Amino acid sequence: MIRLSHVCMEYPRTGLALDDVTFMLKKGEFCFLTGHSGAGKSTVLRLIHMAERPTGGEVRVSGYSSTRIREKDVAMLRRKIGYIFQDFRLLANRTAAENVAFALEVTGARSNVIRSKVARLLGHVGLASKAEALPGELSGGEQQRVAVARALAHEPLVLLADEPTGNLDERASWGIFELFRGINASGTAVLLATHDLDLVRKSPGVRLLELDHGRLVYDSAAVAA
Amino acid sequence: MPYALREALAAFRRSPALTGLSCAMIALSLFIVGLFGIVAYNIRRTIERVESRVEVVAYLRDDASPNAVELAQREIAAFPEVQRVYYVSRDEALELARRDLVEFRAVFDDLDVNPLPASFEVRLRPGQRGADAVKAVARRIGSYPFVEDVRFGSEWLDKVFLLRRVAGAATLLLGGAFAVVAALIIATAVRMAVFARKDEIAVMRLVGATESFVRRPFLLEGLFTGLAGSILALVATYGLFRVLSGAVVQLEWIPATWLALGLAVGAFLGFAASALAVRRHLREI
Repeated sequence: MIRLSHVCMEYPRTGLALDDVTFMLKKGEFCFLTGHSGAGKSTVLRLIHMAERPTGGEVRVSGYSSTRIREKDVAMLRRKIGYIFQDFRLLANRTAAENVAFALEVTGARSNVIRSKVARLLGHVGLASKAEALPGELSGGEQQRVAVARALAHEPLVLLADEPTGNLDERASWGIFELFRGINASGTAVLLATHDLDLVRKSPGVRLLELDHGRLVYDSAAVAA
Repeated sequence: MPYALREALAAFRRSPALTGLSCAMIALSLFIVGLFGIVAYNIRRTIERVESRVEVVAYLRDDASPNAVELAQREIAAFPEVQRVYYVSRDEALELARRDLVEFRAVFDDLDVNPLPASFEVRLRPGQRGADAVKAVARRIGSYPFVEDVRFGSEWLDKVFLLRRVAGAATLLLGGAFAVVAALIIATAVRMAVFARKDEIAVMRLVGATESFVRRPFLLEGLFTGLAGSILALVATYGLFRVLSGAVVQLEWIPATWLALGLAVGAFLGFAASALAVRRHLREI
């Protein structure tokens, strides 16, 4: 479903961010992407989201290739990808329900569909009672749950999470991780970029990719094979 | 209400000062255009009225042979610009002078010799009464050897046409200058709106909104600003027209097609300025 083939990414100012990275993520798979700060984790996620195009190699996501994708198809592709950030990226002046609804609204969903879907999504992340709360009135963990609900709005094939627990305490982090496991169990692939090794250690059997200075230095699936 | 429309209308609430300034500048530019439009339209109406009375009068030599005159009358009547040619004989000219110039009747009655020449009075077809057509016909008639002089009021005709050209050029120049300023202010307003909503735009892109969807509220905002400005200009122009028309000079109000064009120009100006600004600034987010 996602395939990176000999991907290189070089920025004019900072130089090489990714160097010959190749891996595949299958449908419904759960995978950690680890590495030190600046190793290239976020770059991998941005490339999968087609926010940038690689300077070398190819990124293929759900049939779309980074070498051929047209701008108008990028929007369509993104509806198949949920994206979670460390800083949640919620709209501060909208309630939890409105933040989730926004994702559906901007893609042209009907208002009755939006209403029922938002209620279901907030229920799914355990925030049905906080639908009318503004992000500022929610804890970090709750804000991240709203972001997860928003990311699930289009029933994505894959959830990309960029340090989703970076701003959360251990308990909230674990709650979010459990939420991801549940989402994955229902068939959505998850690629979770983190440098929280505790989270990785507590999850034996989960595939692990490790980046170091832009190079993929470890892939547990390759080792197992 | 669709998202784009709701957001476009919300812009008037979010930044009333800047949106108001944009409207005012469009209104000012179209107000200037409107004023000169009234002037240009009234000059045009005057010209039309004057043109309907435009005549070329060719005075004939006394020694012109009747045959040549008759032949010339037929030829002139066949000119494509000419509607009708009247031949006014010397006697008819004197009779007309006696009738029209009552105060000089005694002078005409005492004459031993008729001093007035025979003439052709040439009426031109509608649409052929402009300065160039009149001059061309006068030149051709003047080329007959028995034509002594041709009159068609060339001096004032030239002046009226010049006035119309000046009014037209001033409308374009001043209106254009104000339109550019209005477009720049709209572009600034849109730029500020884009940056004020950059988080929202980022989330839109994140969840798969198309670029045209992202742009739409800003384009509508520009369109509404332009339309509001042109309506304001229309009201102001009409107000001033009412004041001037009664008190200073009798004027005619501009036709509905010109008004519709003015509204369309205002709306388009807002839309185009917004489109250019949005295209440029969305790339920066």
